[in-house]
Amino acid sequence: MANKVLMKGNEAIAEAAIKAGCMHYFGYPITPQTEIAAYMAKRMPKIGGTFLQAESEVAAINMVYGVSSAGYRVMTSSSSPGISLKSEGISYLAGADLPAVIINVQRGGPGLGGIQPSQADYNQATKGGGHGDFHMIVLAPGSVQEMASLTIKGFELADKYRMTSMILADGTMGQMMEPVELDLEVSPAPEKPWATNGTKMQRKHNVVNSLSLVPEELEKLNFARYERYKQVEENEVMYEEYLTEDADIVVTAYGIASRVAKNAVDEARANGIKAGLIRPITVWPFPKAPYKAIANKAKHVICVELSMGQMIDDVRLALECKVPVTLCNRAGGMIPSVDQVRTEIEKYAKEIN
Amino acid sequence: MLSDKRIIILSGHYGSGKTNVAVNLSLSAKKDYEKVTLADLDIVNPYFRSKDSELELEKNGVRLICSPYANSNVDIPALPQEIYAVTDDKTSKTFVDVGGDDRGALALGRLTPEILKENSYEMLLVVNSFRPLTPTPESAVEVAREIENACKLKFTGVINNSNLGEFTTEADVLGSVDYASGVARILGVPVVLTTVSSKLYGALKDKIENLYPLVLQKKI
Repeated sequence: MANKVLMKGNEAIAEAAIKAGCMHYFGYPITPQTEIAAYMAKRMPKIGGTFLQAESEVAAINMVYGVSSAGYRVMTSSSSPGISLKSEGISYLAGADLPAVIINVQRGGPGLGGIQPSQADYNQATKGGGHGDFHMIVLAPGSVQEMASLTIKGFELADKYRMTSMILADGTMGQMMEPVELDLEVSPAPEKPWATNGTKMQRKHNVVNSLSLVPEELEKLNFARYERYKQVEENEVMYEEYLTEDADIVVTAYGIASRVAKNAVDEARANGIKAGLIRPITVWPFPKAPYKAIANKAKHVICVELSMGQMIDDVRLALECKVPVTLCNRAGGMIPSVDQVRTEIEKYAKEIN
Repeated sequence: MLSDKRIIILSGHYGSGKTNVAVNLSLSAKKDYEKVTLADLDIVNPYFRSKDSELELEKNGVRLICSPYANSNVDIPALPQEIYAVTDDKTSKTFVDVGGDDRGALALGRLTPEILKENSYEMLLVVNSFRPLTPTPESAVEVAREIENACKLKFTGVINNSNLGEFTTEADVLGSVDYASGVARILGVPVVLTTVSSKLYGALKDKIENLYPLVLQKKI
């Protein structure tokens, strides 16, 4: 337990960002992620960094654009409705190939929704997150420790591929407390020869822009960007497999839902049911391999989500529809219980026998 | 082990464990007092509130006063009018769970004149040495002074609630004793309790003075 501290998920994200060399944070308060801003407000002045509460989410994301253009690691955070406000800026970041980290501690929706946890922004996060052809790298932590480690990973991947990384958490992950080891390794930011950080009269000036006046050139940029996305899909997929080798019933979930699902799998196993779990850690790029590996073995797949069923489509695609997939969900701000998931496992276990 | 003062106020750094301690103390106070009230003055936290323990409190006859919006889907930092029972109902042993930091303590300020007038209270600083922003006694005292300034009451004791959740070891608790007494020394008050999960209680009860087992622990 050396060097462990007890932290809220939101605090772990903030401290990990500082560890990753992020000295600039711009935000606007919204429950259930306000602790990120509160933590940054306390820490940044002490280490010579910048904390700024912007006048709105839109202002904050454009400040991120500015700092990223200058070549520095930068972060903003919000929760669902605030992320929608940021989506114009997120698209501009993608269009300008700017690295940045954006935190979404999801709450109920649509609209103003509620302040309790949710996973209903999955489609928004993984299918773009704004207008135009683009992707974000989307990381889905399943523990407070991962809130920290994936935030650092988010900065590294953002720099490596000149993309936006999003941490797709939820209210419970943000508010719950667990011990965290913060002595994590960080790759320093690479050279950024494209940054608009002053020519010092040594080179031609750089331009960071998301506007393309010539259609042929815009197409070229989009093609090149998707070549880079292909590399991300090949190299950066992360997932966890748990007891899937001989499983008849495979449960799949990310984030807070995966913790419930894992407990349900354990209970089902204790009752003699061959159950397993696939937990995507990157939800874009979506991990296809673990589903492919069970497509000709498993009899049924249960997708557990705090939404009306969004990841379930990616699961069906990854399985090439070879295994029936059903949804087990809650959608108003509640978390499915272990009982609810285990009952579902038992129901399908009975059906296949 | 508990003070016989009528009002016990629990305040401290954000996330130091005030709510869990408050719920446990009010449940165990039922052994000695017929009427026990737990007043939740937290206007900071959206989740993990005393409301989560509403059933246990009700079952054991502890009256819970908390925001009608606690654990709901709206974010309204309002307190119910029943909050005045803290100072008006002098027949009830009363625990006050204050929100974290000086911002949380602000809500306590409105009750301060009446609390001082009755003059039967303890204000206890709940500390956890494993919280990242209060790693030293000095940093914990800095927060304590901000709280005192916000609510205009002085701390009269310290509760050592140092823990790493369910992963807390005996050594973790033993190692936190110096930290808590350091905080107490600077404030010039005693350490009144050291809390520990009930599973570690047996191993530590002869090693730490005024050790208090936390029976109820919420986890997800």
